Amino acid sequence: MIEATHLVKRYGDKTAVEDLSFSVKPGIVTGFLGPNGAGKSTTMRMIIGLDAPTSGTVTVNGRPYAEHRAPLHEVGALLEARAVQSGRSARNHLLVLAATCGISTHRVDELLGLVGLADVASKRVGGFSLGMGQRLGIAAALLGDPATLILDEPVNGLDPDGILWIRHLLRELASQGRTVLVSSHLMSEMALTADHLLVIGRGRLIADVTVADFIRDASSDLVNVRTPDGERLRELLVGATVHVSASSPGRLEVLGMTSDQIGDIAAANGIRLHELVQHQASLEEAFMTLTHDSLEYQPTDVARA
Amino acid sequence: MTDVIDTPRVAVPTLTEAEAATITVTAWRVTWSEWLKLRTLRSSWLTMALAIVSVPGIGIAIAWSTANDWPNMRPREKLHFDPLADPLSGFNLAQLAVGVLAVMLIAGEYSGGMIRATLAAVPRRLPVLWAKVGVLTTLTLVTMVPAAVATFFISEHLLAVRHVAVGWSTPNVPRIVIGIGLYLTVVAALAMGIGAIVRNVAGGIGAFVGIILVLPVIASALPQTWGDRINKWLPSNAGQALMSISSDNTTLSPWRGFLVFAGYAMVTLFAASILLRRRDA
Repeated sequence: MIEATHLVKRYGDKTAVEDLSFSVKPGIVTGFLGPNGAGKSTTMRMIIGLDAPTSGTVTVNGRPYAEHRAPLHEVGALLEARAVQSGRSARNHLLVLAATCGISTHRVDELLGLVGLADVASKRVGGFSLGMGQRLGIAAALLGDPATLILDEPVNGLDPDGILWIRHLLRELASQGRTVLVSSHLMSEMALTADHLLVIGRGRLIADVTVADFIRDASSDLVNVRTPDGERLRELLVGATVHVSASSPGRLEVLGMTSDQIGDIAAANGIRLHELVQHQASLEEAFMTLTHDSLEYQPTDVARA
Repeated sequence: MTDVIDTPRVAVPTLTEAEAATITVTAWRVTWSEWLKLRTLRSSWLTMALAIVSVPGIGIAIAWSTANDWPNMRPREKLHFDPLADPLSGFNLAQLAVGVLAVMLIAGEYSGGMIRATLAAVPRRLPVLWAKVGVLTTLTLVTMVPAAVATFFISEHLLAVRHVAVGWSTPNVPRIVIGIGLYLTVVAALAMGIGAIVRNVAGGIGAFVGIILVLPVIASALPQTWGDRINKWLPSNAGQALMSISSDNTTLSPWRGFLVFAGYAMVTLFAASILLRRRDA
């Protein structure tokens, strides 16, 4: 369980996180979604005390992270692919972290096997690919059998097999009753992995919804209709917002009614329909609509600039 | 990358409740972790080896060449030769190696992001700094004191044929020889503090060299009345008073100088500890 209350982080006069309050529950995968620079990584760093909040608090299992006696058993974090010293071998990297709280060598080897790095355990991590580095980071996060996992963009640099593995791993970890917070800037990835979403933009919480709700809202009820009898149909669609295309009066955009309802009304009144399409906004589109106003780096209009 | 990676699994091994209860952070465990960190980087082996070898290496070279060349040396040259201090002058190189190692041990963690993994594992932070200081100063003490003592006996043995050797029982000799090890130990602590404050390997080494080596050179350009008052208080001059045979008003007395030097190191480490707690990692 992670609980953030009115979390604020400023760097000089630049605000990275602004009044962020949320809670992350155990047993499910919570996706932390936002465009680049939205404040996801800053928030994650504040959860484990690497960055101090300017104001507000964040607790893990009821206490600030630093106050736990067995921190690695509380939270396992993958913050960057390369939280390593390149001259050390993968196994030694894990042994060094394990030593801080007496985690056994046996467990280190077990985890190297889990993430598939047993054969390269004695190689210097400086020579690792991005994907191998991510796996090592995940092994490090799992060292203390943590109740909470915080993973910042874990699929970065992974091949399709690796991405699939992460999805299954996150599900497995959540099903064991752990709290799992995983950030991404890809909505499609989150739709496949997460149960719940925290969407942030410009350091502010934009949405705190279940993935199911988000998908339902995202598939907007816009229906495209083409009919030779546009004016008559429009009058019959009482209660819906109907927009008639200016260029061709036979094209209608209907909001607030399903395609089933529109079709039934048309049939009952003998109106011919040439087209009746329920518009499915993609998740990516919905996410972009949601976060559009909060993009940190808006692409400038080249023609105007 | 041609390494074949195994297919990863998802069956995450768990700890029993009894096992989980034992994985707490303790000062001793953090110290052990820091010792492992030092041991598992090739650069630490190289710099430490350089530090250990430089003192006897340079000592033997100086003693051997002097002993061989003695009949050809001019009287004035012979007068200038210090059979105690000259063979021990390798500590000048050793202090550079020890300081570089200290800076690398702490500032090196910042360059690759390792510090975040370290501080996530030890979120109280300060145990990490004290453990690093403890490991390196202990290592320096237990290697450099024997290195200096060995250098003394080997070089005096080489010089004995020319009857210029000094004995261990000569006044101040034990203080000067063992003082080399003590001085280098404090150098390690001071450099660790500098590295923790600067958080960048190149910058930290630069600051260390500036304070230990360059500052005395610049200060020696001061007018003498100023220089006499200021020079002796500079960190390395104060610390090296421990290795001086006699003291006058331009130097601090041996133990006083050493305490001043240790004081600089403690103040630096204190500042480093405050910054480590306050700054974002």
